[in-house]
Amino acid sequence: MNDAAAASMNELRIVITGGTSGLGLALVREVCRRGARVAFLARTRERVERVARDHPGTHGIVGDVARKDDIYPLAIQISTALGGLEVLVNNASSLGPTPLALLGDTACEDLALALETNVLGPFRLTKALLGALTASAREGRGAVVLNVSSDAAIHAYAQWGAYGASKAALRHMSAIWGEELSAEGVRFLSLDPGDMDTPLHALAVPDADPSTLKRPETAARELADAIAAALAKERA
Amino acid sequence: MIAARHAVQRPPGARLLVIDRHGTIAHAARSRLVDFLEPGDLVVSNDAGTLPASLHGVHLPSRAPIEVRLAGRSSFAREDLRFAAVVFGAGDWRSRTEDRPPPPPLAPGDRLAFGPLVAAVDGAQGHPRLIALKFEGPPDAVWAGIAQHGRPIQYAYLDRALALWDVWPPIAALPVAFEPPSAGFALDWRFLAALRDRGAEFATITLAAGISSTGEAALDARLPFDEPYRIPATTASAIGRTRMKNGRVVAVGTTVVRALEHSAGRGGEGVADQRVGAHTRLSIVDAILSGTHGPHESHYQLLRAFQHDDVLARAEAALEASSYLTHEFGDSVLIFCGQTRS
Repeated sequence: MNDAAAASMNELRIVITGGTSGLGLALVREVCRRGARVAFLARTRERVERVARDHPGTHGIVGDVARKDDIYPLAIQISTALGGLEVLVNNASSLGPTPLALLGDTACEDLALALETNVLGPFRLTKALLGALTASAREGRGAVVLNVSSDAAIHAYAQWGAYGASKAALRHMSAIWGEELSAEGVRFLSLDPGDMDTPLHALAVPDADPSTLKRPETAARELADAIAAALAKERA
Repeated sequence: MIAARHAVQRPPGARLLVIDRHGTIAHAARSRLVDFLEPGDLVVSNDAGTLPASLHGVHLPSRAPIEVRLAGRSSFAREDLRFAAVVFGAGDWRSRTEDRPPPPPLAPGDRLAFGPLVAAVDGAQGHPRLIALKFEGPPDAVWAGIAQHGRPIQYAYLDRALALWDVWPPIAALPVAFEPPSAGFALDWRFLAALRDRGAEFATITLAAGISSTGEAALDARLPFDEPYRIPATTASAIGRTRMKNGRVVAVGTTVVRALEHSAGRGGEGVADQRVGAHTRLSIVDAILSGTHGPHESHYQLLRAFQHDDVLARAEAALEASSYLTHEFGDSVLIFCGQTRS
């Protein structure tokens, strides 16, 4: 990453869901470092307040993207805090049942939660923020939605049914959003950050050796580069 | 006209009454709106999102229940936590605003509590139901409180209470409107694609639409309040391009007319404080897409800038005769300006 591209996040307004742990927190740190104006969401007030304190200038917002009633209050707080929006990162994810389970052993409620968090939440939040994103695109600043994906969206892994099916739906939805909104100037990215040393991975694979896993900071740098590159393309 | 009672932004049967610049009236399905536009036209909409501007709480000195409806603010800045507000006594949206009891007497400095929010009366505004109030606390906490505790301003004629998604126009961006800029309910993403295919352009302005009615004649006579707005540079250049090639600027809603005429089409920020009416010479806007409005409504006055009173009277009769629906979720009119431009 050269300095010119890193500087290109100056004044960029970014919101990251699931921003208090794992990849989301690493992304908050990374885009702050690159000069972006940042809001992040998470469910737990104490953690939101702690991350906001640790990152002065960021806006911590409490809410659950899986809850329909939270979406517009979240969108209002995001747009007001940042005064507009160029980048939405749908990062918050639910594994479904933990420990992971075969589909035949998966409770409908666990599948529903995975779909609410990983598909409906990003859909609703994107829809509520679409006006803000297209306004940025019309004004020449570009607009990007990054939906965090997984190789479980493509490959069928036993016991990853709820997560894999929901991430596959999100991936396909990203592609359709992208088709429909390219003329409005909004780019959609669906990216797999890889297997990382994060709380979510520890929940899924408790006995994994962390030294074999990717650092979330590395994945955050790659995703930030991808966002910067997509914006540069939109602005060109 | 009859009020549309169902909170559906784009009902399949929505209708459109069109008045061309000669004053000729036609009826169409609103889904055919794009057919009345030409290549080179520019549609400008207000992309203000709708705040949950109705807050229920208590007047702390008297413990009396009150409702405030945030109604105006002098800027878009998130740090600006001072609002003009209309105050009601006990009751909810099911009673018409006209029938709501007055609030307890409010004195400057009185504190009001709304769920997690505390505000102080920051000055009278020349009417017992109109106050300035200022929220206490850091801006992020205040906005979280408004977002979570507030509800959209409600309408007694609807068959159910409104949620935020009911009043959030598809293209809405910055949440600064106190009631929805409801003319924009007619626009969806399919329409924007059709507009592009037609060779017409789309642009937005942001204007903090104030409240449309207070339920009290003396206050309603003071509407619209001053409204801050922002016109992006890209919108100003789109207007310039459109004028150069003799395209028409079509404003979606009265708020867009107010902002564009106030700024004379220039980009930047301002506060719209003028009234647009029969004597206004429009310099930027060539047509308006609006909800249907009767002669007793403040928005009707603005339509008089577009067409002579006899044409509007004929249109009014046609709306009545064909049972058009009115108010926020009603049918629409598209009125081209009959004035000749100087």
